[in-house]
Amino acid sequence: MTRKKILALSALGMALLVVDPQFALAQESHVGKLSGHAAEGKQLYRRYCIGCHGPDGDSNGENAPWIDPKPRDFTAATFKCRSTPTGTLPTDEDLDHAIQRGFVTTNMPSWNPLTPQQRADLVAYVKTFSPRWKTEKPGTPINIPQETPATIESILHGRELFQKMECWKCHGPAGHGDGPSAATLTDSKDNPIRPYNFSTGSRFKCGETNQDLYRIFMTGVDGTPMPSFADAIQPKDAWDLVHFLRTLQALQTQEAALWKKYAADHATEIKPIGPDAGGQ
Amino acid sequence: MKGKLVLLLTVAVLIGGLAGAGSATPPASGSISGKVTYTGTPPKMKPIDMAKEPSCAKQHAIPVMTENVATGPESALQFVVVYISAGDTPGSAPTEIARYDQKGCQYLPHVLPMQAGQVLQIFNDDQTSHNIHPLAKVNPEWNKSQPAGSAPIDTKYDKPEFIPVKCNIHPWMHGYFVVLNTSHYAVTSQDGSFSLKGLAPGKYTITAWQEQYGTQVQDVTVGAGETKGVNFTFKALPY
Repeated sequence: MTRKKILALSALGMALLVVDPQFALAQESHVGKLSGHAAEGKQLYRRYCIGCHGPDGDSNGENAPWIDPKPRDFTAATFKCRSTPTGTLPTDEDLDHAIQRGFVTTNMPSWNPLTPQQRADLVAYVKTFSPRWKTEKPGTPINIPQETPATIESILHGRELFQKMECWKCHGPAGHGDGPSAATLTDSKDNPIRPYNFSTGSRFKCGETNQDLYRIFMTGVDGTPMPSFADAIQPKDAWDLVHFLRTLQALQTQEAALWKKYAADHATEIKPIGPDAGGQ
Repeated sequence: MKGKLVLLLTVAVLIGGLAGAGSATPPASGSISGKVTYTGTPPKMKPIDMAKEPSCAKQHAIPVMTENVATGPESALQFVVVYISAGDTPGSAPTEIARYDQKGCQYLPHVLPMQAGQVLQIFNDDQTSHNIHPLAKVNPEWNKSQPAGSAPIDTKYDKPEFIPVKCNIHPWMHGYFVVLNTSHYAVTSQDGSFSLKGLAPGKYTITAWQEQYGTQVQDVTVGAGETKGVNFTFKALPY
């Protein structure tokens, strides 16, 4: 190849990058003030991620057959932990949080030891595995209003919602993950999947704060049976549900203390949750 | 430079207009109709036990059967989507709404064809929560809770795809969204019959899709106002 030809080709390449901003975007990530680059991310991916997620990002790494739950398949561009509505792409920050936090109760560790720049580069590379990143923009993060006070009224209303929204059908009347539909649940790849058991008190896969809990049921956990309740629950009611869910965990939370006291004083008035709750 | 460009554009528009006027589109009055049948032994459909959802169970005097291979008299095959897969110029999405109901813990209709971009409205007519979870792979995969009495969900799919739909709360609920690039499609009724109407004269490829037995393809040429008969036969396996 002559020098002229090389020059012309590289000029064409540059032109493509400039002309197609989506193409350029898909190779980049923006986390806070950092810009991540797929080329750097690729090197890191091949060192840290390839064993499980595979060279093509399709979750067929050499360790994958022995892992349950299965590694994320990046070619599907379906992500569990998002700040964005169900069915939309997550933000770069969402992906960065996932890498940093890891996924508790799975084989995905926390990659906190990587530098923020390295994680941003990984995010940029992970986004090259699905063409969706070239044609779609990430969803708009849902708005999480200021948390309301955790009162016994809020907890009781949250308990009503837990019954009415039929959370117990999967998560069980006491949140033990043993509802009538629990045994039948599969993820989008037909692998069996268990609903979260609140009594373990473990962190949630998508975070640990009340805000995280709010976000989880409002955005849904895509690729799993957990739907989004954004159309079904009003923001002010959502905090009530958060407060009730905290009473199901074996943790010393203020919600648990409030509920314990109420339950002791009103033992006879409390209707059970589940199919026998008077069809409520 | 600018003047030349305007001139060129004007000429182009003029030629385009003339060409359009010259080739008056013939009336789209042709049609293709026929019947879809099976040979062999299809699996026996099983009664669905809805005891876990009494509000749905009581709506059915006789148990609802599974629908993955629904058959009718004279070896008819129901719920087969027959559509034009080539030769059709896809128009813009129709304004008509594709309606999908969750009623008695069943999807009605079991298979819902629609055109890419067409508005899809999903209703929950039951006294129980459903989560509607279309397992799309080409289009975005979403999963929404729809408690009893909630407003219908308005959505659409932009790319053609066969999308299995399920409700994770009621695992027996299965259906399909069939998103197509054409406005010419039909679902076979219980007697296996279908009809594609309003076809301009031309050569078409017709595809029949059955959720368990896959697709079959036939080429058909339709003359002006002509009605062509096309039948499909699927080989049924008992598993």
